[in-house]
Amino acid sequence: MTEQITILLIVIPLIAAPITALFKQNFYAWMITLLVSICCGVISGYILLEVIDGKHLIYELGGWRPPWGIEYKIDSLNAFIAFIVSVIAIVTNIFAYRSVPTEISKQNIGLFYAAMQLCLLGLLGIALTGDIFNLFVFLEISSLSSYALISMGKKRQALTAAFSYLILGTIGATFFLIGVGFLFAASGSLNISDIANRFHTFEDMQLVVTAFIFIVLGLALKAAIFPLHSWLPNAYGFAPSTVSIFLSATATKVSIYALIRVLFDLYPVDYWQSLLFPQILLVLGCVGVIYGSFRAWQQIEIKRLLAFSSVAQIGYIIIGIALMSELGLTAAVIHLFNHAIIKATLFIGAGILIYRSNTTKLEDLRGFGASMPWTFAAITIAGLSLIGVPGTVGFVTKWYLLEAAIEQSKWIVVMAIVIGSVFAIAYIWKIVEALYFNSKRKIHIHNVKSGDIKVATASKSMGLALWLGAFSCIYFGLFTEFPFASAYAVAKGLLGL
Amino acid sequence: MGNDLILRVVTKWLSPVIILFALYVQFHGDYSPGGGFQAGVIFSSAILLYGLTYGLDAALKVVPETALKVCASIGVLLYTGVGVVSMLRGGNFLNYSVLLDSPIAGQHLGIIVIELGVGITVASVMILLFFTFARRVTPE
Repeated sequence: MTEQITILLIVIPLIAAPITALFKQNFYAWMITLLVSICCGVISGYILLEVIDGKHLIYELGGWRPPWGIEYKIDSLNAFIAFIVSVIAIVTNIFAYRSVPTEISKQNIGLFYAAMQLCLLGLLGIALTGDIFNLFVFLEISSLSSYALISMGKKRQALTAAFSYLILGTIGATFFLIGVGFLFAASGSLNISDIANRFHTFEDMQLVVTAFIFIVLGLALKAAIFPLHSWLPNAYGFAPSTVSIFLSATATKVSIYALIRVLFDLYPVDYWQSLLFPQILLVLGCVGVIYGSFRAWQQIEIKRLLAFSSVAQIGYIIIGIALMSELGLTAAVIHLFNHAIIKATLFIGAGILIYRSNTTKLEDLRGFGASMPWTFAAITIAGLSLIGVPGTVGFVTKWYLLEAAIEQSKWIVVMAIVIGSVFAIAYIWKIVEALYFNSKRKIHIHNVKSGDIKVATASKSMGLALWLGAFSCIYFGLFTEFPFASAYAVAKGLLGL
Repeated sequence: MGNDLILRVVTKWLSPVIILFALYVQFHGDYSPGGGFQAGVIFSSAILLYGLTYGLDAALKVVPETALKVCASIGVLLYTGVGVVSMLRGGNFLNYSVLLDSPIAGQHLGIIVIELGVGITVASVMILLFFTFARRVTPE
């Protein structure tokens, strides 16, 4: 019975999406999407509780036995990622109700929600599948729908942003597919555990190294790992706010998850260690942290600032993976969760700013904090969390990451993390300064009908979503058992301890 | 191109043949090369040809846009529906063997319906794409 529940995570959005596409009214389309994401949230939470103690759930698609058929193999990592994705989907949808009608043209609303569900479906699929080609298919489902979602942004730049994401994303997907093809040529199998089991029989083939490089490059492009991040700032900056929230919190995380799978489950760890891959990842992670934080500090617009900060945060996760120790991996996996919460909260804040003032330029928002104290309090909490102030989720990650780096006496990594945090203070301060400390001036509000009441009142559902995020930033910073237990189980499983 | 007699006559003769061929590729797909994707594209090419010769409005009369949007959704639902039915009959998702009493007949039925779903969706999305782009060109 439990096995049948796992596939429902895929089936429910797959049934609901085409139906949603036919609806024109915001309310019905939104209602379906919210129900779908709540269903997925409940199911993935249930699955997570089932597998957290090291059990596996296996589902054979179509009744074909693996390695011939497609197999869904769920351990604590899969379930954890699926849980993150569906919880973020719920929060995003709470926010979406009031935001979507103001940002998406009326005839596209049904299609917008359908694309959201397809994106959710793709991300959940990546998280669940144990078949490397099936993973590619889901990667494309989520990417194609996110290209469409990003292009629906209000500004015209959204189109070019979506187009460059389309080109780069397609290159990434192609690389991944070429790699999978080479690996298939070498191994004759597409099932991840089957390939891993028989790896020593074809280890010496040159093809396997080539496949590794192609697969990792493709995934790194999708995950926006420095220096392959160039699509990310524009894509997240110009996307509709609902989409920014959902994608920033989930899309890159899921790609990183796929990378972790490839590194630890598909290829043996010794194999890529001998290719000096951990060192390369470590350097890229450190540079990414500093570069991303520095560029974020330079931005004058909140959404782009947050997008560049994402590049830095991905750097932290990569450092955690590259340290290759139990603590480092635990930190990386916790940060997948923590960063999803923090970024979702901050982008919800940015979305509320767009909803009320139609701008996210720091200059236009000067002194706006006095008019919306609650919203800005939440943004500040999430911002502090991004810096890593004790008592927030960001601190937990950085603590473990620093501990892992010191344990191996990698002082350069420690330096990079500290420099990154200093820049984080600088860019969060930029927001706080603009909102609280600058003298208030008349806000330039564009394209708002005179007498429109929405400028004066924040919507309740948006506030609820924002405070859910801000609250969990603090809650999971103080009570770390749940994410830590899951992440620790994951790290142990990956390292085979 | 609206006044070219040869084009108009040939299109009239050719369109049904293309559609027939599409249906052949669709339903013979489990014995010979073919299937939903190919059939859908071939089917849509008949409408494309019609639209190119007789103009967008005439093509829209043949296949209204709302119908296309509904069809695009129905195709996906058909696909998922087969999976759900096989789950309800006690198998795994997309296990065609349990669809009918004999597994072989079940496999046949399953793949035919799945490919039909794919074909309907591909055909309607292709035509929709054509309409969307064709509408951007202002008529002379």
